[in-house]
Amino acid sequence: MFAPPRLPQAPPPPNPARRRFLERVSIGLASLAAIAIAIPTGWFLLGPLLRYVPAAWRPVGKPGDFPEGQTVRVAFPDVPQLAWSGDAGVTAAWLHHAKSGEFIAYAVYCTHLGCPVRWEPSAKLFLCPCHGGVYYADGTVAAGPPPRPLPRYPVRVRNGQVEIRTTRLPIAGVA
Amino acid sequence: MRWRSEVREHGFVAGTRRWWNLLSADLAGLLARIALHPVPPGERRNWLYVFGSATMVAFLMQVVTGIALATIYVPSAATAYDSLQFISHTAVMGNLLRGMHYWGASLMILLVGFHAIRVYMTAAYKYPRMLTWAVGIFLLIFTMMMGFTGQTLRWDADGVYSTIIASEQLGRYPGVGRWIVTFILGGPNVSGNTLARFFMAHVFVFPALLIVFLTFHLFLVVRHGISEWPSPGRTVDPRTYRGWYEALLREHGQPFWPDAAWRDVVIGFLVVMLIIGLAATIGPIELGKPPSLANINVAPRPSWYFTWYFAFLAMIPYGSERYVMTAAPLVFVFLLLVLPFLFSRGERTPLRRPWSFALVVMCVATIVYYWRMGVVAPWAPRFNAIPVPASVVGVTTGPVAAGAGLFYTKGCEFCHRVAGYGGIRGPDLTCVADRLSAARMVEILYTGIKPNMPSFARTLEGNETSDLLAFLQSRKCGQPPQRK
Repeated sequence: MFAPPRLPQAPPPPNPARRRFLERVSIGLASLAAIAIAIPTGWFLLGPLLRYVPAAWRPVGKPGDFPEGQTVRVAFPDVPQLAWSGDAGVTAAWLHHAKSGEFIAYAVYCTHLGCPVRWEPSAKLFLCPCHGGVYYADGTVAAGPPPRPLPRYPVRVRNGQVEIRTTRLPIAGVA
Repeated sequence: MRWRSEVREHGFVAGTRRWWNLLSADLAGLLARIALHPVPPGERRNWLYVFGSATMVAFLMQVVTGIALATIYVPSAATAYDSLQFISHTAVMGNLLRGMHYWGASLMILLVGFHAIRVYMTAAYKYPRMLTWAVGIFLLIFTMMMGFTGQTLRWDADGVYSTIIASEQLGRYPGVGRWIVTFILGGPNVSGNTLARFFMAHVFVFPALLIVFLTFHLFLVVRHGISEWPSPGRTVDPRTYRGWYEALLREHGQPFWPDAAWRDVVIGFLVVMLIIGLAATIGPIELGKPPSLANINVAPRPSWYFTWYFAFLAMIPYGSERYVMTAAPLVFVFLLLVLPFLFSRGERTPLRRPWSFALVVMCVATIVYYWRMGVVAPWAPRFNAIPVPASVVGVTTGPVAAGAGLFYTKGCEFCHRVAGYGGIRGPDLTCVADRLSAARMVEILYTGIKPNMPSFARTLEGNETSDLLAFLQSRKCGQPPQRK
C-alpha cells in the first residue's frame, strides 16, 4: 500500500544543476520563513526569562500585631502582580517574631518537593503533609527527607509596617 | 475530474453525479486500502491486540469532552475555579462531563500502560517495527504530560500547589533549572501567567503532538503490518523477515476489517461505557480549597495514576532526590527509546525471553507496591490524630495523665501510635516500656534519631519531660522483650 503515484508521462530530460538549484531555493525560502516566524514567537514565549521583574517589599502588618515568640502565617501578593492572577498570586510565609524583637520570615515551601509546611505551635515544629519533612522552629531540618532548611525572606520594619521582600519562588535551584 | 468539465460534457445532473462518483470512489478506495489491509491470523489471542485502539478511543473521547468543557472553563487564574464550580454544580451535564474527562484520562493512562506491556511481552518492537515503538514512547510521554497538566487545570489549592511541586523537581536540573521553572510558571512566581501556560500546554501543545505522533504511529502500523503472534523458535532476522511476513499475509492474511477490527470495536465500546459509568457513579475529583498559595492547609496529592511516583520520591534515600528527580525520568525514557534498536532481532515469545518477562513482572509489582504505599502514605504526619483517651491512659490525674496530654500537644501523635491512636511514621509505642528503659527514652527524646526522629530538647520545659516519661513508662503490655 501507499505506492507512489505513476507519473502520467516520462519525466523531462534530467537537468541535475537546475534541480539542485530549485531544491536549494525551496529549502532556503522555507527555512527563512520558519525563522521569521520562530524569532518573534520564540522571543514572546521566552518573555518571562528575558523580562526583569523587580523585587518588592510587601507590608504584612504592624509589628504589634505579632506577639513576641510566636510564629504566624502572613500572606502577601507576589511579583509580578497581575490583575488576572487572583488569589493564585498571593503567597504565604511563616513570620516569627523573635524575643529579641527581630522578625524572621520562613517560606512555606518544603525543600523536598514544595508542599506547604504547617507550623504546629505546641510541638514547635514545621510539618510537611506530603512526605513527612519536619523542621525545627528556626527552620533547620529536624526529620524526614528535606535536604535544606526552610528558605527565608528578607524582612524589615519600615513606616510602622513589617515588610517582606519577595523576588522569585524560593525553591530548589531557583532562589 | 473537475466538476465544471464534467458538467460541460455530461450536463448538470449526470455530470455532477459522475464527478461525485469519481470523488467518492477515490475516498472509498483509500479507506478500503486501510480498512482491508491484510493482518496475520490471530483467533482468540487477538484479544490482546486491542489495547492500542482502546487507548485511542479514550483519547478521542478526551478530545470530545475536552472541547465541551472548554466552552465553559475559563483559563484565568482568577476565575477558573469559579467556572469549574459552575461546571460541577450548575451546568447541564457538567459534573458528568468533568467525570468523563477525569475517568477518560485515567483509562487512557491505564490502557497505554497495558498496550506497552503487551507490545513488550510479544517483542513486537523488533525489526521492522522499531520506529513504531519509539514513536509510541513519545505518545506515552505526551499522555502523561496531559495527565499532569490536566490535574493543574483543576486549579484549586492542590492544583496551584502541583505547579510548585513540578517546579521543585524541574528546578533541580543543574544550570538550567531556574530557566525551566521561570518558563513553565511564566514568571518568577505563580501568577496569572501560570495557568495560561499550563492551559496552553494541555489544550494546544500536547494534543497537537499527540495527534501528529499518533498519525505517524498508525501509519507505521499499517506500513509494517500488525505483528504476528510470536511462537518459540521463530526468530526475527532482518534479512528474511519482510519476505516471510509478506508470504504469511499472502497465504493466511485476513482483512483487518472486520476480521480483526471487530474486537477493537467491542473493547472500544466497553471502554466508553466504563468511562461514562464511572463518571456517573463515582464522578470527578471534588474541587478542593480556592486557588491560592496562601491556602497552606492542603496536602497536595497527585492523581491516582501518579501516586506511585509520589511514594517513590518519599522512599528513596534522603539526599538522593537531587539526582533521582532529575535523572530518573530521563534515564527511563532513554532506555525505552533505545530498547528496540538494541534488541531488534531474535526470539519474540515471552516463553524464550525469561528476563524480559521477569522485568515486566518486577516493574508492575514495583509500581503496585509504591502505589499502595502512596495510598497509605505512612510517612505523612497524621494531622487529624485524636488524643489518646483516658480509657487507654488509665488515669485522669497525675504525671501519667499529663504526659498523655503532652504526647498529643508536643506532636508525638503525628507520627507515633498508642493503642491505635496516632500516626504510623515511627514505631508503635503501645508497649514501648517493655523494650525501652527510661534513660534510653530520655536520650531519644533529647537527641532524636536521625533521620526521622526530631530532638525535643528545646521543646520540653519544666517537668514536661518527666511527665511524658511517666506516660511512656506506663505503656507496658506485660510481656518481656523478645530478643533472639
